[in-house]
Amino acid sequence: MMPEQSRFSKTLFYIAEQAYFLKSFFRNAFKKGFEWEELFRQSYIIGYKSIGIVTLTGFILGIVLTLQSLPTLKEFGAVSYIPSMVSVSIIREIGPVIIALICAGKIASSIGAELGSMNVTEQIEAMEVSGANPVQYLVVTRILACTVMVPLLTIFADAMALIGGFIASKLSVGISMQLYFSKGLTILEYSDVLPAVIKTIFFGFTIGFVGCYKGFTANSGTASVGLAANSAVVNSSILIIIIDAIVVQISNSLFYS
Amino acid sequence: MEKVIEIQGLKKSFGKAAILTDMCLTVNRGENMVVLGKSGTGKSVTIKCIAGLLTPDEGSLKVFGKEVKEMDEDELKAMRHRIGFLFQGAALYDSMTVRENLAFPLKRVLKLKDKQEIESRSMEVLEAVGLADAIDKMPADLSGGMRKRMGLARTLVLKPEIILYDEPTTGLDTITSKEISHLILEMQERYQASAVIITHDMNCAKITGDRVMVMNGGRCEAEGTYEELENSNDPFIQSFFK
Repeated sequence: MMPEQSRFSKTLFYIAEQAYFLKSFFRNAFKKGFEWEELFRQSYIIGYKSIGIVTLTGFILGIVLTLQSLPTLKEFGAVSYIPSMVSVSIIREIGPVIIALICAGKIASSIGAELGSMNVTEQIEAMEVSGANPVQYLVVTRILACTVMVPLLTIFADAMALIGGFIASKLSVGISMQLYFSKGLTILEYSDVLPAVIKTIFFGFTIGFVGCYKGFTANSGTASVGLAANSAVVNSSILIIIIDAIVVQISNSLFYS
Repeated sequence: MEKVIEIQGLKKSFGKAAILTDMCLTVNRGENMVVLGKSGTGKSVTIKCIAGLLTPDEGSLKVFGKEVKEMDEDELKAMRHRIGFLFQGAALYDSMTVRENLAFPLKRVLKLKDKQEIESRSMEVLEAVGLADAIDKMPADLSGGMRKRMGLARTLVLKPEIILYDEPTTGLDTITSKEISHLILEMQERYQASAVIITHDMNCAKITGDRVMVMNGGRCEAEGTYEELENSNDPFIQSFFK
């Protein structure tokens, strides 16, 4: 329990606690007795059970981006740029960030609430006292499942957004499928795809880490379960935006300078 | 007689609040030690220190003759294999069935892989607590008394040498409380385990306790058999028996 301290000391304590939690994750990730079964179960829960919301979000994103851009592009006589514009903006930026934020809302809150509730009802202590390793069973599996599944969900959502963009373009300007996808995909370069995929790995790790940390450190009382879920969403969303800004800077300096 | 738990001058604070001020406790092998005390006197903190869930600030805490604060991670794990902890709310893993709750420590702590052995060990403890029919139920489907029994079964499945009971009868009706108290006694006889039983329930203390200790202000106020304390002239001790 944290002793009464100044705001500065509390911040330092908070950072140190997270650093310790991160160290604990890496130490347990490579320990003997890896929980493969739980990893697959979590991957199913995090990945498969998020497909619905990710499909809908990606699909609508593609439609909305196309419909919003069309009037302006028409004004400049650049309607033919629609497929390239949609594909580059979705794959480089909008897809990864929006899907990560959606996953933060769905997954980080669920992990925060689940582990928070286990913490409050002493289930985590019960695991620890029985000699089992709660970090290995609960934390490592969830963080790794998020790190793997969020990039896959983003790739899937990007594909859905391109399909949504195509349907909107087809209905608005009558573009053919072959032309839409050839223009949309040939414009993409290695420098568009690689940084986007890399950042989604960081987004996934952040979602899992923040959710687990908030759940594991929830105080006693049912209110803290809600608080853990809430702060897991808020903190992971903020971190996603910060990571995005950092990755954009790095990828710009690597590929476009 | 072999002492399985020895606590001398134990201190533990949370921020400015001193919970344990000078705690002393000794538990012999095969003995049931009941710890009584008002809420907030540090009863649960004491057993959490024994299980290594909390680290004391000062004092000596020996389990099986070894100082807990000097144990490394492996030694602490090995000690925990020999200790069972029944939490106040039973702390059943609510996403798992009763069967999975029992298999969890068997697979991870004893590293059992044979399904039949896991099943037979699970059934043995479930039969001991009278819950053999509930093996495929979820914890949410169990009543308060059944949850306590189930918690006890999960504790017993590893055949611990010491069982720490945190208010085993709290929140239960009088009849179920008595059943749980007799079950604790039965488990002591059947498994020859030592126990520290934290309780407010005087019936439970009377039924289960070989010795009873009364805590006040984070330290031991009095210790003796139930009858000795019942006949004490100290008004504070008497207040528990009235």
